[in-house]
Amino acid sequence: MLMTITTTHQPAQDLGFLLHKHPDHVQSFELSHGTAHVFYPESSAERCTAALLLDIDPIKLVRSYKAPPGTSRTLGHYVNDRPYVASSFLSTAISKVFGTALSGNCNKRPELAKQAIPLSFHLPALPVRGGEKVLRDLFEPLGYTVEAEAHLLDPKFPNWGKAAIFTVTLSVTLPLHQALSHLYVLIPALDREKHYYIGPAEIEKLINHGEGWLAEHPHRETITRRYMVNRQALATVAIEQLFQDESAPQDLPESQQVETAIEKPLSLNSIRLNTVVSILEQEQVRSVVDLGCGEGKLLKKLLTHPRFARIVGMDVSHRILEVAARRLKLDHLGERVRERIELVHGSLAYSDQRLAGFDAACLVEVIEHVDPERLGLLARNVFGALAPGLVVVTTPNAEFNATFEDLPAGKFRHGDHRFEWTRAEFQNWAQKVADQFGYSVRYQDIGEVHEEHGPPTQCAIFKQKKAENNAET
Amino acid sequence: MKISIPDLSLVLLVGPSGSGKSTFAARHFLPTEVISSDRCRGMVCDDENSLEASSDAFDLVHYWAGKRLKRGKRAVIDATNVQRDARASLIKLARDYHARVVAIVLETPEAVCHERNASRPDRNFGPHVVRGQHRDMRRSIKHLKKEGLHHVYRLDTPEKAAEAEIVPTPMWPDRRDERGPFDLIGDIHGCFDETLLLLAKLGYRVREEPHEGETRFIVDAPQGRRVVFLGDLVDRGPASNRVLRLAMDMVEAGVALCVPGNHENKLERWLGGRKKIKPSHGLAATIEQLETETPAFRERVRTFINGLVSHMILDEGRLIVAHAGMKESYAGRASGVVRSFALYGETTGETDSYGLPVRYDWAAEYRGKAAVVYGHTPVPNATWVNRTICLDTGCVFGGKLTALRWPERELVAVPAAKMYYEPAKPMAEERAERPGDEPFRIEDVRGKRIVNTRFDRQVVIREEFGMAAMEVISRFAVDPRWLTYLPATMAPTETSKRAGYLEHPEEAFATFRRMEISEVICQEKHMGSRAVVQLCQSAEVARQRFGTEDDAIGIVYTRSGRRFFTDRDLEQAFLTRLVTAVGKAGLWDSLETEWLTLDCELMPWSAKGLDLLQQQYARVGAAASAAIPATLAVLEQAQGRGIDVAPQLAAWRHRETNLALYRRAYGHYCWETDGLQGLRLAPFHILAGEGKAHYDKDHLWHMQQAEALAAADPELIQATRYRRLMLDDAEAESRVTQWWLDMTEAGGEGMVVKPIAFVPYGKDNRIILPAVKCRGRDYLRIIYGPDYTEPAQLERLRSRGLNHKRRNAVREYLLGLEALARFAAGDSISQVHECVTAIAALETEPIDPRL
Repeated sequence: MLMTITTTHQPAQDLGFLLHKHPDHVQSFELSHGTAHVFYPESSAERCTAALLLDIDPIKLVRSYKAPPGTSRTLGHYVNDRPYVASSFLSTAISKVFGTALSGNCNKRPELAKQAIPLSFHLPALPVRGGEKVLRDLFEPLGYTVEAEAHLLDPKFPNWGKAAIFTVTLSVTLPLHQALSHLYVLIPALDREKHYYIGPAEIEKLINHGEGWLAEHPHRETITRRYMVNRQALATVAIEQLFQDESAPQDLPESQQVETAIEKPLSLNSIRLNTVVSILEQEQVRSVVDLGCGEGKLLKKLLTHPRFARIVGMDVSHRILEVAARRLKLDHLGERVRERIELVHGSLAYSDQRLAGFDAACLVEVIEHVDPERLGLLARNVFGALAPGLVVVTTPNAEFNATFEDLPAGKFRHGDHRFEWTRAEFQNWAQKVADQFGYSVRYQDIGEVHEEHGPPTQCAIFKQKKAENNAET
Repeated sequence: MKISIPDLSLVLLVGPSGSGKSTFAARHFLPTEVISSDRCRGMVCDDENSLEASSDAFDLVHYWAGKRLKRGKRAVIDATNVQRDARASLIKLARDYHARVVAIVLETPEAVCHERNASRPDRNFGPHVVRGQHRDMRRSIKHLKKEGLHHVYRLDTPEKAAEAEIVPTPMWPDRRDERGPFDLIGDIHGCFDETLLLLAKLGYRVREEPHEGETRFIVDAPQGRRVVFLGDLVDRGPASNRVLRLAMDMVEAGVALCVPGNHENKLERWLGGRKKIKPSHGLAATIEQLETETPAFRERVRTFINGLVSHMILDEGRLIVAHAGMKESYAGRASGVVRSFALYGETTGETDSYGLPVRYDWAAEYRGKAAVVYGHTPVPNATWVNRTICLDTGCVFGGKLTALRWPERELVAVPAAKMYYEPAKPMAEERAERPGDEPFRIEDVRGKRIVNTRFDRQVVIREEFGMAAMEVISRFAVDPRWLTYLPATMAPTETSKRAGYLEHPEEAFATFRRMEISEVICQEKHMGSRAVVQLCQSAEVARQRFGTEDDAIGIVYTRSGRRFFTDRDLEQAFLTRLVTAVGKAGLWDSLETEWLTLDCELMPWSAKGLDLLQQQYARVGAAASAAIPATLAVLEQAQGRGIDVAPQLAAWRHRETNLALYRRAYGHYCWETDGLQGLRLAPFHILAGEGKAHYDKDHLWHMQQAEALAAADPELIQATRYRRLMLDDAEAESRVTQWWLDMTEAGGEGMVVKPIAFVPYGKDNRIILPAVKCRGRDYLRIIYGPDYTEPAQLERLRSRGLNHKRRNAVREYLLGLEALARFAAGDSISQVHECVTAIAALETEPIDPRL
């Protein structure tokens, strides 16, 4: 990985004083994942260029790297762009190798360290997630001229298109320490990946190196979030600490699931859950199993109604059940509340008698995560094997997607959706299931209904015919 | 006194404190068999004499004893047991587990008890306690039998207690030392002629000769075989008396075993004088036929039936026979419930449209290891369901009389000469359910699991990995009815020490030589994506055999069970081409099947792996090609100024060379496809077809079938290049090594070295690693990075642990074959699924993904 720093400030060799590195020597520094070399490919009074070259040891990188759950795994591979691209390793190298310059100190030329001088940074390979616009958004407000050239993924396969890797020259007239601070923060923010654990210490670094410029940056929150590699909680804390004196608008975090982001203005999820709870109340249900309970949002609402004496949340993801247990504070609930609720690791692909014997089963935004050809087994396992008196199913109404400006036609609201049905498609399925397993079915709109496209969410309420008869007699 | 203790029994020691129960228990029973109430008191409260803790202590006694009985183990209760209530709850416990209950009463004189207690400082209760206990015991004794105890032994002096001898007694159904071979025969119902024909077909010679004024049958069995009659010998048919005579003579001569059917049970009650019994369901015919026999014969029949045991466990526990079947939890036990199940089965309490009780389908839920062979419910054909098979093929209703040869598992049948009796309802369908209609049950995949394979290997699946597998299969896999197999992981060869190489053939050959394998096959390793192909001749076959519900004629899925093609039409077009090719190659006929499971590589890699190629491999190439020339330029510029950057320059020049090799390496596996155009399938295992998983044939056979397929459609199907190698032929070995070098230097991934046998047995007759892969030098750049061949990197990469990978490679391989064998044999889909999820679970274990 290479970065060169060029100045045409006269005399240009003063760059050596500013960087504390002699222009005629090669100096090497051992860093945790490799070696940094500093040398000068050119050095004259008119123009001086320093090169920071990093030899990253990919084996050390892989063997010391433990991917945090849910993050990208690229750092864990030997086939890895880190030896070539500017990344968080460069920030580490800047602070280790150019630490004095970064802090704005220079014994030999103290006034020069504070002086704006013409600088040009050349980065032959800079990864930018989000493309050139992001690059410009981040640097141009700080006064940089940005030259960027993207590279083909592979010249042998030109129709594969371009890689999100750019050769970039950033030119600016600024004191060197300021420019280094910008690079220190913005390079990993562009890459959105870091070679080390992101902890609270990261906020400290951002406060230090963002001092004097980040608060005024028009994209400060984007920078903060990207710098925190989308650790939401940390980013929120950092934003509060950094910009506390202003009423920072809580803009939407980028990484949130597309679905939430798209639906958020409606706060559709709350409406959906409240609707389900009120259906369960109307139907005089006492025991409920939430199939595909996820983080337990519905369970949490159900727990606040004492009428639901027995509540079970089932999910196929063991990890998300742990999140649910934390959110529901299962370890801290009083005995009376605790004995009403249970979480079960299971799957709708299997018939599971642990889930039988409930008044009602809910499938809230679940069926669309199941491959259509496996819905037959799902129906058999729920309506056939468990046969609850009441089944509430909600799913997106595909017609409504037309009203989402950000959602291209034909795309689903969530990356894991296997299908999204129109009202007719949903009702066709629901009617077949009802007929097959002896249920009656009615439908209910959820969310604000669009006069042409209908509601954002559709809901089917299945009642077992036997149960209905019993209730009548 | 000899005290007979059945193997599965709850033994109550009865006697007051100080009567010598603990001493008696210690002398006659294993320490682990004895459950002492005092000890349980100690366990729950640290004080063995704390009466206050009795309630909790007895909960523990019950729990402990229950666990032993559930597992078929004897439990001896060392407590006073002098009160009726205390005994009643224990007797109920024994009943719940269908165990025998034995009481051993230690009637030690009161004075002796007092004396013993006085000498023990921890027994600080007064004499009134023992007095009371003694009184309770004396009052109890004569009622013990009525309370439901099966055997009561009284030891009324300390001497008798000292001299008593315990005789362990097998449970009645326990005949596991009868090892067969057997010929098991289903419901005969008086069809004597068919029985004789069937016996002849099975190789038995039957003659009838006069004997004490009557006749008797002398039967010669072929090679030590024996018949097992599965009950319902009588009623409805033309000659129940003759069938009874034959069966009784055979049993008495030791050439047959017999379990009773419900019809025998009824006949026995009728013969016993219970004239109120209605002679319905064909009993009238039997009564009429027995009228022609002597009273002595009828008495003999009654005694015979009386002596029959409800069910039998045979052949070291591998085989269970019972008339109406046997649940796993009842097998080998004795109680009215067990007997009734064996004779009648269980009903759900509902009645069907013919007014007959609906039978509980125990076989669908059967998960036992032993095979259960039974009759009772007429079916058109005998078929295995979850290791159970019903042999009642309705001979008397005009069906056929069926026998099962054990352990060969061959079915032999003779048709009925005519319909002797009109059935109350039409014979049950083949089995009402198609394979796919049976639910996948969560119990079959949850928790820690132990999967038994037919290769004498058990595989243990840890719960956490099973959970992960359940999620993966539920969310991402294809319809599980298609998922009858998952490919095993494959270990690489041991790491080479040769300069410049991480893997080299010499280690692969050395490994198998060490395992005492004499011949291997070396197969070209294709670099595409692993693909399992399920192929049916028609959608009808798919629906019948796999239980699917649509018009698909098969599916192609990846090594992790995901659907290969996102485009359904393309998938079906691809499969249609394969169906034709299989037909043209003659495999449908030669393998006598209408479906096939093939293990293949589907190329190009870019067809499935394009995202990965672009996001990872090409991206790294792009980054390197942006960075390297710029770095070299800067270094050269510095060198031009006289700065010594020679080591850096050398290193980055190597990187430039390696980059080109790296890009070339993955580039070999990428080409454009358009529909089927450009796709190439290389099958290398013809895994299974109807009735057979083909692991009994060597790899040469598999290669030959694959060649035939490739010849049938050379555009789509690609044969795999291979070399056979005798491991003691050094010259041949160097030729194969050269072949590998040529192949890999031309861009090939490498080769797979396999013992020639599909299931290879090595030293000490143990199943060994079925294959190792040996990957090419340049191919490994896409695994270990473009620069891995630099000596400093290579040296460090050589330390890689292969053991876990190898262990899992064998386990997954055997599980895969087990799954196929079960599916091919028609086992239930859940038994297949059990193996497949086990493979998926092993695949979630954390192992270096580069191996």
